[in-house]
Amino acid sequence: MIPPGATAIVGAAESTEIGTVPDMSSVGLAVDAAANAMRDAGITAADIDGFTCGYFPVADMSRQLGIFPSWADNTVVGGCSWMFQLRNAVAAIHAGYCNTVLIVYGESGKSTRGLGQSFDAGQRGGTGQQFDMFYSGGQAAATFTLPVVRYQHEYGLTDEELAVGAVSQREWAVDVPRATLREPTSVEEVLASPMIAWPIRRAMCCLVSDAGGALVVTSSDRAKDYPKPPVYVLGTGGALEAGVMSPGGVREPLRPEFIRTSGDAAFGSSGVTHADIDHLMIYDAFIHNPIFGLEGLGFVEYGEGGHFIAEGHTAPGGKLPMNTSGGGLSYAHTGAYGMLCMLESIRQVRGEAANQVADVDIALCHGWGGYWSACSTLIFGNSAP
Amino acid sequence: MPHPLVPVPTPETQPFWDGCEDGVLRINRCRACGDAYFPPSLICPECSSTDVEFFDATGDATLYSYTIQQKPFALWDSDGPRSVALVRLAEGPLLTSSIVNCEQTPEALQLDMPVRATFVPFDEITVLCFEPVGEQP
Repeated sequence: MIPPGATAIVGAAESTEIGTVPDMSSVGLAVDAAANAMRDAGITAADIDGFTCGYFPVADMSRQLGIFPSWADNTVVGGCSWMFQLRNAVAAIHAGYCNTVLIVYGESGKSTRGLGQSFDAGQRGGTGQQFDMFYSGGQAAATFTLPVVRYQHEYGLTDEELAVGAVSQREWAVDVPRATLREPTSVEEVLASPMIAWPIRRAMCCLVSDAGGALVVTSSDRAKDYPKPPVYVLGTGGALEAGVMSPGGVREPLRPEFIRTSGDAAFGSSGVTHADIDHLMIYDAFIHNPIFGLEGLGFVEYGEGGHFIAEGHTAPGGKLPMNTSGGGLSYAHTGAYGMLCMLESIRQVRGEAANQVADVDIALCHGWGGYWSACSTLIFGNSAP
Repeated sequence: MPHPLVPVPTPETQPFWDGCEDGVLRINRCRACGDAYFPPSLICPECSSTDVEFFDATGDATLYSYTIQQKPFALWDSDGPRSVALVRLAEGPLLTSSIVNCEQTPEALQLDMPVRATFVPFDEITVLCFEPVGEQP
């Protein structure tokens, strides 16, 4: 077992610009974010001996950055790949394979410049391509959302209640200068936005953005030598389930076991409990994702997540501040949002978020990959136990 | 070259696709533990036995959940809304499909309604869809 707080984030940054960045490719966004993260940590490539990047050929990207790592990882499980990579980096550092890891991400999701925006579940002859994607053309809004109607039916969640999640997250985004959508909205406006895939309206779907992000992780004994306060990695979890590109592969779609598996691992390894969590990020590619996250992670009982959000508990002033950047719905969402999701958790623990929540000692970040193929849960804290 | 999203069978999945051409839903069953499963694979996901076979399923199923895509994938021969569905086979597996031969509306697509397999031409091949059984609302 890796002790909670054995490693810490000592550098964290987004690309200089996010949103619409047509003058940069995915690689450019990643390199820009990597440079910003190294600057944030006060180090150069020469100080890094571990490297991960995900959507790019790992050796190509490390060479471009002048990093010659003795440990590398390129786990790709969709949007939470960089969360899995952080978990792997924690283990690698703890094992002594390397000391300091740079985790790099960039995606020209909106401007589609250059390579590297593919989580290619649609490869010819693959399971997703043969048995899933052609029904919808791979449209995320029509497939990732497949359990929503069942959830509403089983638990009596109305469209109006469902829509509150988008309104709450916009309330957070209003105060976030880098958020793409900052105008207040309403349940009526969300429900009046164009229907994409019934019952999912456009305002219930994430943005499509360009962005990059990067993290520097090192052992906690080294972490104190860096300029920024360390953000300790207290616990980590990860799990796989659906397999193909839709929730059809989840054994019990309203009670997905992989969320519970990932959450239990993160809580178990961190030694903290739900009551200790001051701030929460749950990856919102679509409006229902946080509902399933709240339930699967055990913050509420199954069937209560939708009403919990509808009652305002995750909105500004609520007891469990969630997706405080505005999330994928209002802040930015490139295609793979996991890195941006983690970065808001880290800003909150550092106390440097645009929309800083008071007294965030411990934060939990949960992300998805390949619709419901994968998920990962990370718990961060401003001190090591 | 067909569109990248036109299914490309592999040797392990070919019996399913041959079934679609023959109008039969052919899925796997484990001879060791009896588990019926989908999508096709050489190994039973329940007990790891490789003593598995294809069999002709009933084609009976119920509608578990769905969305209604407002602008369907262009290769489908329809301009209007089109369902994407999770369907629970009588034999147990849950799979992604589409409900056809009925109105593509929430009123017509009732959860838990009985549906049955039907086979639909799609570009160069024939694919599995489902249609309501009995009276239409």
